[in-house]
Amino acid sequence: MTARTVRGAAGATLATALITGLAACSNPSGAASTADAAVVGIATEPESLSPLLGYGKDGNSKIFDGLLTHDADMKLKPALAEALPEVSADGRTYTYRLRRGVKFSDGEPFTAKDVEFTYRTILDPKTNNASRTELDAVESVTAQGADKVVFTLKYPYAPFAERTVLPIAPEHVAGRQDVNSGEFTTKPVGTGPYLLTGWSKGEKISFRANPHYWGGEPAVKKFTMAVVKDDDVRATRLRAGELDAAILPPNLARGFAQDKARKTYAAKTFDYRNVTLPTHHPVTGDVAVRRALDIAVDRQAMVDKLLDDAGKAAYGPVPTDSRWFTPGTERPYDLERAGQILDEAGWKTADDGIRAKDGVRASFPLWYTSGDKIRQDHALAFASDAKKAGIEVKTEAGTWEVIEPRMKTDAVLAGGGSPADPDFDQYQLLTSSLAGDGFNNMAQYANPAVDRAVADGRTSGDPAARKAAYDTVQRELVQNPGYVFLTHIDHLYVVNDKWEGPSTQVEPHDHGLGSGPWWNVESWKPKRK
Amino acid sequence: MARMAGRRTLSAVPVLLAVTFGVFAVAALSPFDPVKAYAGTAGLTASQAQLDQLRANLGADRPFPARWWDWLASALTGDLGDSAVMRQPVADVIAERLGWSALLAGSAFAVAVLLGTLLGVLAARRQGGALDRAASGLAYTLEAAPAFWLGLLAVWFFSVRLGLLPSGGLTDAADDTVTLSGAATHLVLPALVLGVSQLPWFFLYVRQGVADALAEDPVRGARARGLSERRVLLGHGLRSGMLPVLTLIGSRVPELITGALLVETVFSWPGIAAATVTAATSVDFPLLAALTVLATAAVLVGNLLSDLLYGLADPRVGFDG
Repeated sequence: MTARTVRGAAGATLATALITGLAACSNPSGAASTADAAVVGIATEPESLSPLLGYGKDGNSKIFDGLLTHDADMKLKPALAEALPEVSADGRTYTYRLRRGVKFSDGEPFTAKDVEFTYRTILDPKTNNASRTELDAVESVTAQGADKVVFTLKYPYAPFAERTVLPIAPEHVAGRQDVNSGEFTTKPVGTGPYLLTGWSKGEKISFRANPHYWGGEPAVKKFTMAVVKDDDVRATRLRAGELDAAILPPNLARGFAQDKARKTYAAKTFDYRNVTLPTHHPVTGDVAVRRALDIAVDRQAMVDKLLDDAGKAAYGPVPTDSRWFTPGTERPYDLERAGQILDEAGWKTADDGIRAKDGVRASFPLWYTSGDKIRQDHALAFASDAKKAGIEVKTEAGTWEVIEPRMKTDAVLAGGGSPADPDFDQYQLLTSSLAGDGFNNMAQYANPAVDRAVADGRTSGDPAARKAAYDTVQRELVQNPGYVFLTHIDHLYVVNDKWEGPSTQVEPHDHGLGSGPWWNVESWKPKRK
Repeated sequence: MARMAGRRTLSAVPVLLAVTFGVFAVAALSPFDPVKAYAGTAGLTASQAQLDQLRANLGADRPFPARWWDWLASALTGDLGDSAVMRQPVADVIAERLGWSALLAGSAFAVAVLLGTLLGVLAARRQGGALDRAASGLAYTLEAAPAFWLGLLAVWFFSVRLGLLPSGGLTDAADDTVTLSGAATHLVLPALVLGVSQLPWFFLYVRQGVADALAEDPVRGARARGLSERRVLLGHGLRSGMLPVLTLIGSRVPELITGALLVETVFSWPGIAAATVTAATSVDFPLLAALTVLATAAVLVGNLLSDLLYGLADPRVGFDG
């Protein structure tokens, strides 16, 4: 682009604003009041709307569809595929038959070529897609005819179908431009229930219902995501009637609890907060200290006081209400037992109340990301609980740039969570070969039994065998915790009560864009009065 | 006058070169990592190999003087490069946002200059009067109040309590088209807040300048000769009393840019300010460099403008600089 077009475009922006202003004169305020339009307030916006760069990779992208998608219970169901994939006996070949008659919003038909294009482009090292690691298992993807796609994997990977919820981009549009900065990143064309009508970065993303959507035209004709970074401003705009729904932190959501015209939704999540226990630190590397800390924390108090009850105690990456959770691995708060464990291991209490062993003082630093109040609260509560067991935790705040070089030896208040499959969290958190690889296995945890179990969990095609593998992991973590898991945090949303259909899915660490009560806005219906 | 403008334009070239080089150097020294910023939450699950690949793709592994030189060479041919963090060409990022920031800053500036001057003149005429005391007190309070706090206060009062004005965005959240009346009503609060946060400077300078001018001998002489109070004020008091304000107009430009940053955030105004912060914290070299050039140019133009105005208003001041 030349300097001349820059000036031209800048001028055009203003000119367009003025001209459209002269053409249209009425401007009804409170436009968020009709039932076939919904305006939701979100805190962050995507950098790009191109699935090739990672947009919508976990499903629910509105403009696009994946081969598969999730229902309300996070079970996989077909979307652009006609049915769930056929998996070969060795677990290395996934065959998808595609839905016929689906068209992109520009009228061009969707074919197997588009699927092949999408995955090949993401796997291309030249594409700046930071989530490519998630598709590591893929060896090749091939279109066979117009309506069949075959994925071949490098190794058997049981949760692979979960990865195919990522949106499919049209080859005839996205294939003709620079994948990293082309026009497609801001003006997407997809097969989804909504069409993009405008993206004013920093302000809002606007959608209109796709009249030719293969799943039927949505009843909510206009859907807008308003980008409002500040929590207080978002709550204020919701109260002023400019927003129909918004994601809010617990303290602000409470203000709407008595509101008859609005409903509060608390989405259950896999979004955990934990403390890493680096094996390379003389104190946190001691299994006795790890076990003691694990039962010396009062998780219920954290849920009650820090989260206003909007969450639950966490004992591992898998929340207690998941079908993957292993009953019996809950660790109740037991300060006395924690003291016993430390005593038996030779950690003796010194005069200042802090234990020591062989001249090593039971003290370690704990970092949290500055500006994140929830993490700060968790870190302080953890330090105060540890103190009662005679272990000194020095909390320090910093940005990731400060924290990262120290991750190997210092504890970090971390967060994460991915509900689709237990492999997604556990493989990266616990596999010893991934120790220190990027942000994977931050605590550098190494436990051969766990290594074996997470490997079995990802390769075995038998659901019962997988369950057994993850049961093993959770039992091992009781004996030798790599992390102290503190809480799973509910995500709170307040929604105007004028639709039938809003509900919540089990949500990942990220929230508000793909998930939130509007995950299924295409199937909302105006409420009959 | 033309010579002065020409000379200033020429001297702007080395200034801009030095400033962009400085920005690249500071950004390279900063602890922020462009790859982490680019990857976002996806970076938390990416393998090291994937992060290294990204680093190579983004060119983030090269030394900053090389990156600066490449940027400069392509910028001179009109290609401003691609913004990594926005995933689109830098020229598009700027084109989409600059107009709205200019509109906001321009309106706010008009509010601050006009209202500040008017109040300042009125206060100077009756120093110690009720209006003077009220306005001065308010000005000192406003000078201490952060712009984002004023913004929240305005949203609470005008949008929530009174329901008079929209509290954010460029249009109603559900509207797709930007209309003149829609944008105008949405502009009122942010422009007022930004303008009012700048107003004390103009008010205080005008008040002092005009009051001093009114106390000078020529004014007393004019009054003694029986000239009307109107002539005295417009002909003598304003002419010399306003001079400091002209300098102020230029020097307030940087302040206006930082103020706009906070106001744009509070009001979800789709301007360039938010992009500037993102560009800086993500070490997005091409975008950051282009924005720095813009901001520096704005300051230089502001200074030139105030000097030109000064020369026009006061014949004793030449244009030789």
